[in-house]
Amino acid sequence: MKFLDEYRDAALTRQLAAKLAQRVTRPWTLMEVCGGQTHAIVKFGLDTLLPPGLELVHGPGCPVCVTPIELIDKALEIAARPEVIFCSFGDMLRVPGSKMDLLSVKARGGDVRIVYSPIDAVKLAQDKPSREVVFFAVGFETTAPANAIAVAQARQFGLKNFSLLVSHVLVPPAMEAILASPDNRVQGFLAAGHVCAIMGYTEYEPLVRKHRVPIVVTGFEPLDILQGLLMCVDLLESGRAEVENQYTRAVRREGNRPALELVREVFRVVPRKWRGIGEIPQSGLGLSEAYAEFDAEMRFGVAGVGAEESGECISGLILQGVRKPHECPAFGARCTPDHPLGATMVSSEGACAAYHRYRRVQAATH
Amino acid sequence: MKTSITPNCPLPFSNHSNVLLAHGGGGRLMNELIEKLFLPAFRNRLLDQRHDGAVIEVGGQRLAFTTDSYVVQPLFFPGGDIGTLAINGTVNDLAMCGARPKWMSAGFIIEEGLAMETLARVVRSMEQAAAVAGVHLVTGDTKVVDKGKGDGLFINTAGLGVLEHNVVIAPSRVVAGDVVLLSGDVGRHGMAIMSVREGLQFESVIESDCAPLVGPVMALLDAGVEVHCLRDLTRGGLASALNEIAGVARVQVDIDESAVPVRDDVRGACEILGLDPLYVANEGRLVAFISPRDLPLALDVLHAHPLGEGATFIGTVGAGTPGLVTVKNGLGVARVLDLLSGEQLPRIC
Repeated sequence: MKFLDEYRDAALTRQLAAKLAQRVTRPWTLMEVCGGQTHAIVKFGLDTLLPPGLELVHGPGCPVCVTPIELIDKALEIAARPEVIFCSFGDMLRVPGSKMDLLSVKARGGDVRIVYSPIDAVKLAQDKPSREVVFFAVGFETTAPANAIAVAQARQFGLKNFSLLVSHVLVPPAMEAILASPDNRVQGFLAAGHVCAIMGYTEYEPLVRKHRVPIVVTGFEPLDILQGLLMCVDLLESGRAEVENQYTRAVRREGNRPALELVREVFRVVPRKWRGIGEIPQSGLGLSEAYAEFDAEMRFGVAGVGAEESGECISGLILQGVRKPHECPAFGARCTPDHPLGATMVSSEGACAAYHRYRRVQAATH
Repeated sequence: MKTSITPNCPLPFSNHSNVLLAHGGGGRLMNELIEKLFLPAFRNRLLDQRHDGAVIEVGGQRLAFTTDSYVVQPLFFPGGDIGTLAINGTVNDLAMCGARPKWMSAGFIIEEGLAMETLARVVRSMEQAAAVAGVHLVTGDTKVVDKGKGDGLFINTAGLGVLEHNVVIAPSRVVAGDVVLLSGDVGRHGMAIMSVREGLQFESVIESDCAPLVGPVMALLDAGVEVHCLRDLTRGGLASALNEIAGVARVQVDIDESAVPVRDDVRGACEILGLDPLYVANEGRLVAFISPRDLPLALDVLHAHPLGEGATFIGTVGAGTPGLVTVKNGLGVARVLDLLSGEQLPRIC
């Protein structure tokens, strides 16, 4: 398939892996930030092609995984209301809240629907004026522009029955939190290419200066990831802490200006709790004052809902790269994709789910 | 303290207090329902085979017997409709037992208000599909439910077929050393349904592969290929079919991803939605587990049939880890091909 097969070429992949092996002279620990990258690494088995000593830890970049449990509980409460049509991307539906998930709300009569774009939810609100349409706005910077367009459209159409339950998170504050942690092992990052396609990568420049770690903006196909690793190792081996861009076919330094302007108009930066990690200052987006009327938390009075996570789940340590999924005693036993204790086991981008789906046997025998 | 045991209250067999859609999705939850509720309740030698149909012997003649219900939305989709599915699905379940489908029943559950023309279109499709597959509808039933209590139209069909060959085709016959053949490209039916259901527009129309598989199956048996097991790929796709058979036969199955044909438009649509074509539904594809000795013959036979012209040799059966299915990708790296919990859910980004 055009624009895809080229980036999965087996011979080129092996060549890059060989180059990487030549370049590495000592152990390095790198983190791929994005869950999409984790998924590709485990699915294609790229980690098995790496030279000994080069370790990959899987970062917090799965939006499904880091959505805090109380926000899931808020979603469940709203979705159960008879007047509501609750719209979400597919993989949020199985994420466990403190008692159940959205699929269970649906089974009990809640009107929960999978949509492929927030714009579809706006259309639904137009078509069903007697119902309240709520869109679960989850994601990193990548999905923020589409959600901003949806809210702007709803205002333009004068829709009073559309709202967003917002759980947007921002990548650079999470990277800062990981680097500032006393347990940090990460010496270099593969930054999330699609986040940077929107945001650009100027935000990483202060991080690089402050913590002296190289950051390479990287894509999602096997060749992208190996090339990103090679660039990052090259920076480490030559003692340079810089931001480089592997994903030049999608990312410019300044990002996507019109998208950024819209995001800044509709959203504002807020503190945000990350599932398994805790609150990180200035790490999320909430609706700006000008668009506050579209805030589902306010409209349905669920702002006060709180919840506790499973005590056994170590997803926080996994999201920070401190532990690997199969090092968790519950992994594959009390925690499986059918009965997940934490969100890293639910989303297909979650590190635990990726290990469970692709690696169970190897993990058990190693 | 007295312990009371209520015979009507079985041990909790599920962590779910309500039935979820995933319990019918062809994945792990459906297997849980079958293994922990249906099998213990109805247990018998034939059911325990866990095949697409049961093979029973009546007066020295072996017959295959099966049933299936069809609840597809939308009722009409590129390449077929609920009527063609209701015939071909049951025909295929019989064919997977090695039987020639002969007689069928049809039960219609119709929602009040359904357009008569819609029903007539579906019935005409069934008439045509039955003629192509060589089956006769010999009994039936009609029920109408209140408006809002059905989804337009549900159809149940059951089928009887005759085993003309002296062979036993069942998951339990699969042994280490067997080879696995796939009759053609995968993922078309699921993506055809999804593109209509979700209003997704692609450059080309993806048509369902819905077809009766009795032709290629009879061709294999007539040619004397030593067939151990057959399975048509429906919900849950190739991955689920392989997992079910590996589980029942207590063998490991290793397949090569690059040998599994997936059309470019299907692959593109799957990429966009974050779906894996190995788990996407089909309605006109089968996998055959056969003796390795007959591999070249079986491929020749399949290639000579219009419904098997894209057939490929996709993998082998080993003793390894019972129930495990692995897939080797283009980079030569093997990974677990797991049974999903329910249906695949499209990803956020």
